Amino acid sequence: METFDYNLKLIIPEMFLFVWALVVIVFDISSKRRNSDSVGYLTMAGLAITAVLLYNFHGGISFNNMFSSDILALFFKVIFLGSAFMAVGSSFGLASDKIKNHRGEYYGLILFSTVGMMFLSSSNELISLYVGLELTTIPLFVLAAFYKDKKTSVEAGMKYLIVGAFSSAVLLYGLSLLYGFTGTTDLTMIKINLSLLFLSAGKIGPGLILAIVMIIAGISFKLALVPFHMWAPDVYQGAPTPITAFLSVGSKAAGVVAFARIFVHGLIAFVDPVMKPLDWGIIVAVMAAAAMVVGNITALRQHNIKRMLAYSSIAQVGYLMIGMVAVSELGIASVGFYMFMYLFANMGAFAVATIFEDKTGSSSISSYKGLSKSAPALSACMAIFLLSLTGIPPLGGFAAKYIVFAAGIQAGYYWLVILGLLTSVVALYYYANVIKTMYFSDGNSDLKINIHPAARLVLVIGVIGVIIFGIYPEPILNFAMESAALFALP
Amino acid sequence: MDFPVLSYLIFIPLIGAVFLLFLPKDKFGLIRWTSAFFSFVPMVLSFWLTYDYFFNFSQTADFYYMEGPLSWISLLNANYFLGVDGISVPMLFLTGLLSFISIVASFNIAVRVKEYFIFFLLLETGMMGVFCALDFFLFYVFWEVMLVPMYFLIGIWGGPRKEYAAIKFFLYTLFGSIFMLVAILVLYFSSDPHTLNILELIQTAPGFLTHGLQLFCFVFFFIAFAIKVPVWPFHTWLPDAHVQAPTAVSVILAGVLLKMGTYGMLRISWPMLPEATRYFAIPIAILGLIGIIYGALVSMAQTDLKKLVAYSSVSHMGYCMLSLGAFSSVTAITGCMFQMVSHGLITGALFLLVGVLYDRAHTREIAAFGGLGAKLPIYTGLMVLFSMASLGLPGMSGFVSEFMVFIGAFGSGIPHFQLITALAVLGVVLTAGYMLRMVQRMLLGEFNKEKWGGLTEINTRELIIVSPLALLTIAIGFFPAPLSDLMEATITNLVQLMAR
Repeated sequence: METFDYNLKLIIPEMFLFVWALVVIVFDISSKRRNSDSVGYLTMAGLAITAVLLYNFHGGISFNNMFSSDILALFFKVIFLGSAFMAVGSSFGLASDKIKNHRGEYYGLILFSTVGMMFLSSSNELISLYVGLELTTIPLFVLAAFYKDKKTSVEAGMKYLIVGAFSSAVLLYGLSLLYGFTGTTDLTMIKINLSLLFLSAGKIGPGLILAIVMIIAGISFKLALVPFHMWAPDVYQGAPTPITAFLSVGSKAAGVVAFARIFVHGLIAFVDPVMKPLDWGIIVAVMAAAAMVVGNITALRQHNIKRMLAYSSIAQVGYLMIGMVAVSELGIASVGFYMFMYLFANMGAFAVATIFEDKTGSSSISSYKGLSKSAPALSACMAIFLLSLTGIPPLGGFAAKYIVFAAGIQAGYYWLVILGLLTSVVALYYYANVIKTMYFSDGNSDLKINIHPAARLVLVIGVIGVIIFGIYPEPILNFAMESAALFALP
Repeated sequence: MDFPVLSYLIFIPLIGAVFLLFLPKDKFGLIRWTSAFFSFVPMVLSFWLTYDYFFNFSQTADFYYMEGPLSWISLLNANYFLGVDGISVPMLFLTGLLSFISIVASFNIAVRVKEYFIFFLLLETGMMGVFCALDFFLFYVFWEVMLVPMYFLIGIWGGPRKEYAAIKFFLYTLFGSIFMLVAILVLYFSSDPHTLNILELIQTAPGFLTHGLQLFCFVFFFIAFAIKVPVWPFHTWLPDAHVQAPTAVSVILAGVLLKMGTYGMLRISWPMLPEATRYFAIPIAILGLIGIIYGALVSMAQTDLKKLVAYSSVSHMGYCMLSLGAFSSVTAITGCMFQMVSHGLITGALFLLVGVLYDRAHTREIAAFGGLGAKLPIYTGLMVLFSMASLGLPGMSGFVSEFMVFIGAFGSGIPHFQLITALAVLGVVLTAGYMLRMVQRMLLGEFNKEKWGGLTEINTRELIIVSPLALLTIAIGFFPAPLSDLMEATITNLVQLMAR
């Protein structure tokens, strides 16, 4: 180790966002917590400025290969910032009524978690990856339990804390085993050392298999992949709705990028045909299949919109993992693209749920009866988001599913693709059920819903994103392809 | 082509739908006439297209009015690629005509008027697109795009069991489409270089697909298309959707949506996978036969007029399947196209007439009526006319198409087809059975003056929208030559492709 390179320019966006989070908290306290809206706008502005900084300062490796500001990281950072932006935007009603005394901390913690995600997506090394992951999840424990006086929220926080700590421990154990067998924490070196190990020994020992299994389990907890999904519905239901949205998009995207970095980059050698019986792809494919089946079928029986979206997001990760197990350039690009479209649709759907819950205090699906008459624009947005999640063209969700399935077929995972398609028909039933409730039934028609301008902005971003990138996905797809090219896959 | 007529056909209704968004929602008259305008223009364009195609291009099997391929999603090789030939032109004609007629027929919709017409125009965009698209991705997008407006149209403005019917339709068709998606992806990744261009794949697919893959793709495409047609045993969504849907939507369902299934077979799976077509010819004809007989028998048992017409669709689309089984006969395939057009006209008109009666009497029970001929002579005349057309009376389009189907299938030279065709002819007798019984019980006999004395005759608007259908039915019945000339070159080419 000759010199330790500090290229601080590369982490300017992260540093800025970190400082900004402190600024937000200080501002809220110093203004005596009176300006509920301006704290929110300040947070959103910070996220926007970070995006601009990101555009100007990226590309390069720093801190001895620990921090890689590559295009893959850039792609996912846009998703993190987007999901934080939309989560904050839909929180205004919440911040003015329910959490008046802690809104600075609320926004600040969202920003801290975002900083964690950004570090995570850039880390090219096991330790910084782990630290990034912890920085992501610890603020989320607090955020999930933010309604201190609500039993379900506290339960959510508690559950998330225990499961999160447990899964982190499992992950850490797996990472330490990996370090033990390869002698390095640098993912690129791991890749090289593993290949050398194969060449010399021709096989791998049970220790490495254990490492792989533990890492998969650890990350699957974060991703809520079946069978590690049990915590998700309770946490999603109990947490404040914008936080649920943030959890289901931002923190999932973080899990996905960690998975991609470790497996598709570091452990790529296991995909070699010679290693077929030990291929992690098969384990993950089976888990993806289980996620699609369990997520979709359980979602059918939900009466609470947040729980329904929670199970549906379990299934969505299942779809997305098809692209991952394809282990091809198209596959990784499809994962990124899927996540991007999922960002718009899912954040949008949760934003509608937040707005509705702020107004009526209810998140049961049956209370959406006749919403299309009392709030036509809001219902139209919800219908568009749900149809996009189903994968109906010309919305973004369709293009995303198409590309993921294309990657699956290309890789020869016919059974997985057919299963994915069949379960997406099941998914149609519960998504359409919400649309049916809003449009086909009569309900309380004198309900007046005023949408806060910030929430309106979130809805507009969601709808425009879903429609424009559904019809013309080219720009995002090219971006995703460029970022996938990083792995130099076939 | 300087004038991109196909793009106009597809996107004028869409522009109309967007335009409607900005109209005030309580100005019903304005909304109705605006949407009528935005469906009138594509209708005129489709007439012009048919005329122009007939006189200038129908001698060859090539595609005309081509647009593209323009790169759309380069990563997936998806292109914006349109074009029409002798089998899509009649379908566009039918779509243009029936869409306009249905929109005018919907002028009596009184609740949520604006949304209704927006969804209707979106539906028209999807239908036009399916018949023009020559790129798989584009085709699939249009194919799916239609489901959403259809779902809303049935679900919001439908009958008592609308919610059930709407979701059943949506689930069923989406279930079918996913099989098509798998087949498309398999074709895409098997071709080298990868392409989604339908024309290119028709030329090359038989070369690069193994026998097993051909059968695989064929079966997957078949499930998607068969659900749309619908082929027995995939037909169960149809009676629910048809009966619950508002009148105009039933017209579109029967007149255009069902045809998309048979069109898909003729455009895609038959020429692209000829080996599999030959392999499955007999099972397909048998499914057609079952559809003909089963549909007719179930129609006989119906007490609800709309259900009767709905099941008669299953029976009539069975003729299409029978003739599609006889892939080697130009006459049979021409008969299939004739049956598609004539079924669209006749069943469309029957649904309109059922709607006319229902609007006045608020019931569709056949047994509730009797002797309507005494009170409603014009209505009765039209009803008899279309019933006769439906049962295949010579001089009407139904006769021409069924005759061609039978002759073509009988003479196709494929083993067992003579027997299957002979059995299928029974369907004509059964059709006559239920149609004549319906005419007798509803229109003839004694008139119940107390109960139905207040019924009013079909009004001018309704008469205007039904009469073009009547004229075309009779015109095709007497002069089938123009329609068959229009398709002849294309169909001859198709049959040659299937013989590869």
